[in-house]
Amino acid sequence: MPLFKLENISKIYANNTVLKNIDLTIESGISYAIIGPSGAGKSTLLRLMNLLELPSFGNLYYNDQSVANANESVLLPLRRQMTMVIQNSQMLAGTVEDNMKIGLKLRGLPNSIIQEKIKQALAFVGLKNLVNRKANTLSGGEIQRIALARAITLEPKVLFLDEPTANLDPQNVAMVESLISDIQKQFSTTVIIVTHNLFQAKRIAEEVIFMHQGKIIEKASAKTIFNDPAENLTKQFVHGTMIY
Amino acid sequence: MTSLFDKALFEIILLSLTVSISAILISTLISLPIGTILGIKEFHGKKIIMRLIYTLMSLPPVLAGLIIYLIFSNSGPLGVIRWLYTPQVMVIAQILLATPIIIGLASAAVAAKAKRVQNTLTTLGASPRQSAWLVLREARGGIIAAVLTAFGRIFGEVGAVMLVGGNIRHSTRVLTTSIMLETRQGNFDMAIALGIVLLVISFCISSFILRLDKEKFK
Repeated sequence: MPLFKLENISKIYANNTVLKNIDLTIESGISYAIIGPSGAGKSTLLRLMNLLELPSFGNLYYNDQSVANANESVLLPLRRQMTMVIQNSQMLAGTVEDNMKIGLKLRGLPNSIIQEKIKQALAFVGLKNLVNRKANTLSGGEIQRIALARAITLEPKVLFLDEPTANLDPQNVAMVESLISDIQKQFSTTVIIVTHNLFQAKRIAEEVIFMHQGKIIEKASAKTIFNDPAENLTKQFVHGTMIY
Repeated sequence: MTSLFDKALFEIILLSLTVSISAILISTLISLPIGTILGIKEFHGKKIIMRLIYTLMSLPPVLAGLIIYLIFSNSGPLGVIRWLYTPQVMVIAQILLATPIIIGLASAAVAAKAKRVQNTLTTLGASPRQSAWLVLREARGGIIAAVLTAFGRIFGEVGAVMLVGGNIRHSTRVLTTSIMLETRQGNFDMAIALGIVLLVISFCISSFILRLDKEKFK
């Protein structure tokens, strides 16, 4: 049974069709990268799967449950099985600990468990010493690592990442990428990353989805997409010869 | 000249505080949910509502007083309850002045924070209600500024309370109407002294609220 199944999904914003007739299956425990030029609909697809938005048309299944027309009371518990780390992760006022508590408190966990999870997650990302630091004093790299730690504490079945290293220096990019791979391996989390960085997609993902103008052009293993893609458009994109 | 620290003065200070604090508390209770919804939600007609609120933010106190006067005068729709020239109607006039200010400034503060953190909160598993609460908490600096601005306006205004309260001694006389009376009578030193008292009280209340925020959310 696939984790996500998208059937003929379209998403329209004010007469602008961002996703067109998307068919896609996502399997559990695998790492995916969604690549494609700007405006291809990658982030919208991610937001749909994270149940932050609903499709305009088509069917969306999560764990075999149809959610395309579900209301908030159905979506909320499902959304709590996933989380997303975005390009400019936001920290709320307070300390790192305060920020890491938010998702756990929303789930009604007792304080003793919250403290233990925060401790473990900060150790995982190597920032144990920052627990009492004011969140507004963190560097960009630290924020992204804390955002990953915050995500880990929630033990998500699916971790969505939307350009998580876009604003980071090479050292922090390597650190965040390594953490993403570790999360996927250690927790068997399904990782779905949107990235403009093809090398990153190659390093992180087992499967790659190439999108163009709101459509999925090709979905294949990273090896196939980067070495022997079936579609001409994919070939042009990965070879950097696509004009758009 | 009457002594600055006589019983009547304390009565005036107490009434000023009672009226303005009651008005600001009620106004805050009314305004915060409305300001939060306006700051977070997008809906048809929101722009018109916002324009109306921004217009009412500069509602002249004397006009607010006149509206309340007409409502509570003997021939007005609520004349039967005979609240004209009572502290209750002064509170209502001040609520009318404070509410648009708090709604307008709070909605702007909430909108600015919501834009930044709402997506993060949803991805962390917040329900719409939890998200609204957390955004409101995050926007507390702007909200406190909104409440303090509104308090400053109503505590220092004279037009509305004069019109609906009537500046009746031992009944509806507050600091601002006393300043006006003393000025008219040529007691300028007394008027200035009352003005200083008003400023000191404003300073103390602002400091107290800001300190409370700092300690609670440090």
